[in-house]
Amino acid sequence: MIEIRGVHKSFDGNHVLRGLDLHVEQGETMVVIGRSGGGKSVLLKHIIGLMKPDEGSVVVAENEISSIDKRDLNELRRMFGMVFQAAALFDSLTVAENVGFGLRRLTGMNDREIASKVAEKLELVGLGGIESLRPAELSGGMRKRVGLARALAMDPQIVLYDEPTTGVDPILAASINKLVRDLNTRLGVTSVVVTHDMASANTVGDRVAMLYQGVIRCVGTPEEMQRSDDAVVQQFIRGSAEGPIE
Amino acid sequence: MTTFLAGLGATWLNTLQRTGEIWLLIVRTVSCLKRAYANRHIVIQQMVEIGVNTLPMVAIMAVFTGMVLAVQTGHQAVRFSLEGTVGPLVGLSLTRELGPVLTGVIVAGRVGAAIAAQVGTMKVTEQIDALETLATDPVEYLVMPRFLAAIVMLPILTICADAIGIAGGFVIAITTLNLEGDAYIHGTFAALQISDIMGGLVKAAFFGMLIAIIGCHFGLTTTGGAEGVGKSTTRAVVLSLMLILVSDFFLTLLILGGRLV
Repeated sequence: MIEIRGVHKSFDGNHVLRGLDLHVEQGETMVVIGRSGGGKSVLLKHIIGLMKPDEGSVVVAENEISSIDKRDLNELRRMFGMVFQAAALFDSLTVAENVGFGLRRLTGMNDREIASKVAEKLELVGLGGIESLRPAELSGGMRKRVGLARALAMDPQIVLYDEPTTGVDPILAASINKLVRDLNTRLGVTSVVVTHDMASANTVGDRVAMLYQGVIRCVGTPEEMQRSDDAVVQQFIRGSAEGPIE
Repeated sequence: MTTFLAGLGATWLNTLQRTGEIWLLIVRTVSCLKRAYANRHIVIQQMVEIGVNTLPMVAIMAVFTGMVLAVQTGHQAVRFSLEGTVGPLVGLSLTRELGPVLTGVIVAGRVGAAIAAQVGTMKVTEQIDALETLATDPVEYLVMPRFLAAIVMLPILTICADAIGIAGGFVIAITTLNLEGDAYIHGTFAALQISDIMGGLVKAAFFGMLIAIIGCHFGLTTTGGAEGVGKSTTRAVVLSLMLILVSDFFLTLLILGGRLV
């Protein structure tokens, strides 16, 4: 479903991705773990075509994202949903307008159908009845869930999550993890979850990939990662200050 | 010396890059104009913001500019018994120059700053990225409606400024200079030609395009959080004001057919 081959990316001389390879199967939830600032969000932005690699290729559903034209890229993006780290809700719009944004612009649905779909997605994330509120009136956790509802509004085949549980309380984190898991098992959605929350990685991931120094250091099921004898992986999983990671 | 030359070179390259990016943004925006009807509710929203909400400030500016023009010209005209020239001078000064330029300055300060701040905040909070992931072109959704609204509303604001300014001059003429009201109005409209008004409106439309494009460009290229938004806003306003004044000179030459006298 998603094939990333030899991707390099630099920003002002800072070589963030250094020949990264990753394969994500259809219907799989792949969790990418790694240190903050290690290039995890950059990786997600390459998958959805917000960034182009300096070298290498990103192929999604047999389409080379890094070289297709803008029109085809926008067509391809209809199969994606993306949950941003800080939600990235549109400040000038209400919750309903945020969640229904893609439906209004990209589908032929009428107002009643859009309202019904918006209500359904808000119920799904446990936020029914807040359609008329503005993003400024929401708490951090609510914003995150509205962002999730917006990402799911178009019933995407692939959902990209950028730190979905960062900055929320443990109970809300558990409910977000459950939702990600349910989408995968019930609807067969392919997901890429970027996080440094190991509890979340172990709960939602079919496989976990560790991004370290610009490449995927190790890939395996959560159990395989736990048993890994790689000192870098073990230090990250244990959250230890002592070890090869500086 | 080497550092100075390197700095000079970097500044020059940066200016060239910005100029190229602004031209490219204009081309992309114009190519999105065919989607204006599909985005009409955003265009109308921007017209209200740029036009209707700016009108009170433009009205205050215009009425006092008209009054001060009448006081200044009237003071000299009375000395030389040329009271009849007050109306034409106020009318021509406003329609040809002060109406479009001062309206442009006010819109650059109020709307240009707001555009750069809004778009810049959207950029640093990943809202622009979110738009793209929702298969929406930020130029079509954010830039084109502001561009179109500014080009339409600046001339309308300028017509209002011209009329209010002439009315301000009229009040001074009949109350302070003791001129006949009929003579002032007749003199003004006898001196004004349609080309004077149209020339001012062409300038206003051009200033509208400058303000919208520069505000959007600096917004879309914002980096560095709240501090970056502040810098982008300041740069957008300063560049808009400078370009309004510089382009006004060249547009005046163009409208007068290249004649300096």
